[in-house]
Amino acid sequence: MMNQIVQGVLLGGYYALIACGLSFMFSVMRIINLAHGSLAVLSAFALWLLASRFHISPFLGLLVVLPLMAAIGWALQRFLLERSARGGALLPILTTFGLAIVIDNVLFEQFGADTRSLAPFIGSLSYASWEWPGSLYVGKLAVIIFITAVVLLGGLQLFLTRTGLGRSIRATSEDPDTAGIVGVDARRSMAIAAAIAMVTVGLAGAFLGMRATFDPYAGATQLLFAFEAAVIGGAGSLWGTLIGGIVLALAQTLGARIHPQGFLIGGHVAFLIVLFIRLYTSGLGLHGLLRLSTRKAS
Amino acid sequence: MSTASPVIERGTAASRTAGIGVLSIILLLSIAPQFLSAGAVDRMTALFIYVILAAMWNALAGFGGLVSVGQQVFFGLGAYFAIRLANAGLNPFVSLFVSAVIVGAVSWPISLFMLRLRNGEFAIGMWVIAALTHLLVNLDRLIQGETGTSLISLNVYDASTRRLTIYWLALASMTALLAILFGLLRGSTGAAIRAIRDNEDAAASVGVRVTGTKRLLFMLAAFGIGVAGALWLATAITFQPKTYFNVQWTAYMIFMVLVGGIGTFEGAILGALLFFLIETWFGGTGVWYLIGLGATALVFSLLLPRGLWGTLEERFGWRLLSVGYRVRLPAGVADPTGETISPAPTAPHREKA
Repeated sequence: MMNQIVQGVLLGGYYALIACGLSFMFSVMRIINLAHGSLAVLSAFALWLLASRFHISPFLGLLVVLPLMAAIGWALQRFLLERSARGGALLPILTTFGLAIVIDNVLFEQFGADTRSLAPFIGSLSYASWEWPGSLYVGKLAVIIFITAVVLLGGLQLFLTRTGLGRSIRATSEDPDTAGIVGVDARRSMAIAAAIAMVTVGLAGAFLGMRATFDPYAGATQLLFAFEAAVIGGAGSLWGTLIGGIVLALAQTLGARIHPQGFLIGGHVAFLIVLFIRLYTSGLGLHGLLRLSTRKAS
Repeated sequence: MSTASPVIERGTAASRTAGIGVLSIILLLSIAPQFLSAGAVDRMTALFIYVILAAMWNALAGFGGLVSVGQQVFFGLGAYFAIRLANAGLNPFVSLFVSAVIVGAVSWPISLFMLRLRNGEFAIGMWVIAALTHLLVNLDRLIQGETGTSLISLNVYDASTRRLTIYWLALASMTALLAILFGLLRGSTGAAIRAIRDNEDAAASVGVRVTGTKRLLFMLAAFGIGVAGALWLATAITFQPKTYFNVQWTAYMIFMVLVGGIGTFEGAILGALLFFLIETWFGGTGVWYLIGLGATALVFSLLLPRGLWGTLEERFGWRLLSVGYRVRLPAGVADPTGETISPAPTAPHREKA
């Protein structure tokens, strides 16, 4: 039982990682990017391509893929999101959904239906583990992912609150016009924010590929995990995302214990329960809570 | 009343002609199987189902402002309940409609949760519901997980009776659902729906029952898509959860509505027709076809968010199946800007989606 809790918490680190880009974009740009999962899978495929064709270790490959993801984020904001956001709140949903379909199917066209993994390219890291007191075995990779998530979430939090750029991003997300009056370049701030979000997506994709298998249509599942972790966590700050990821992972672990197919069901049910509690207590959804969090941070 | 007072129009001469046109088309379609090959009858049935899907998704997103990417849940449930009811001994054709009624009923508790969410949260929240429902349906012993099962009780009918019955059922469902939607949008509920879409808070402040109206639309869309799912099952016979709960169904709905014209009654029908033709011509190209659909939806949402019909309507003031109102000043009367008002488009359902 103790073992499952530890494994669940560590898995939660991965969910927090994949959720962090989604909730960052939502809190800053007020856009829920339906292509989020597909972009993570795209990054995993890019690393796989580098590793299998050019024998570049996925960790080194990140040096290529992360800047690429940042560029994609920049372009995404400049050419798609900025334009569609002008058409109201509903249009970006449709635009990013169209984008997800294109990415998924282009990946399928290129790579076929086979499932892949980055595990063969990271040596013993994919299975090595440490023994903890109480004969607990924890995977080294799982610990690395968890630490990455904590560092990334903390870093983003510090970036948003302590740096000039972070402050201008927050100012733009609150009120772009007023931010413009005081000399903030709103377009630039948003494009940088999108680039940052995509870097986190790239990292999440890398770890997705290392800890499990993926295929061209895996994006939808990753999107749902990210969304559930963000909604469950909602409370407070970006740290809420970490808690959300852990709760999601624990619910899945519990679900799997109850029924062989209970893993995913457990996560979805936890999402609905949290939604239910939240809607009938404070009345705050993800939106309200994230707004609260940016307030608190400022 | 002076002759100079503006005229409030509910339709135009064109829309009255269109009304007669619609009736003749439906009449023609109902006798069409006499002249069509068996394959063509099947294709037409598919077209009717597409029209239902597009019209229902458009009702929700285009008029209600509720973009869902989880509508496949009702499509899958429509098929699933039909299987369950037929398995319990109910006549398979009757099961199709009882099933849709159950889907409509099931959508009520779902709406309690989901309608509290806004925009993107609602969109993905519905997707989570669809994923969860898919998993739960897989747990049913009868369905045998992803293996699925068949609507075997249809086998007592011979192939041509089956084909014709399903054709007429699909045609009748499409006509009825479009008529219900048209009546709803043209009536006071329609005004309420458009008010909510344009500004929910303002609508509430002038006494529009926001939640009730949204729920009505949500349940109608669920019911309609449930009908479509059950009809699709009747044509396909086999039920595999993966096929019916696939997000692709919602992708198709989005494509049809975006291309045709979101928030216009005619646009959804036009979009379904275009989708049907594209599928007929390019459906065989598999992946490229899907890439094309995604890219087209993307381009339309960026460059032509009002879709084909919305753009034409705006440019030429067309109004065939008019659900809105428009104000026309009598000829020769100057409007405040000093220009003579001709029957210019007033775009009564200006799109905010």
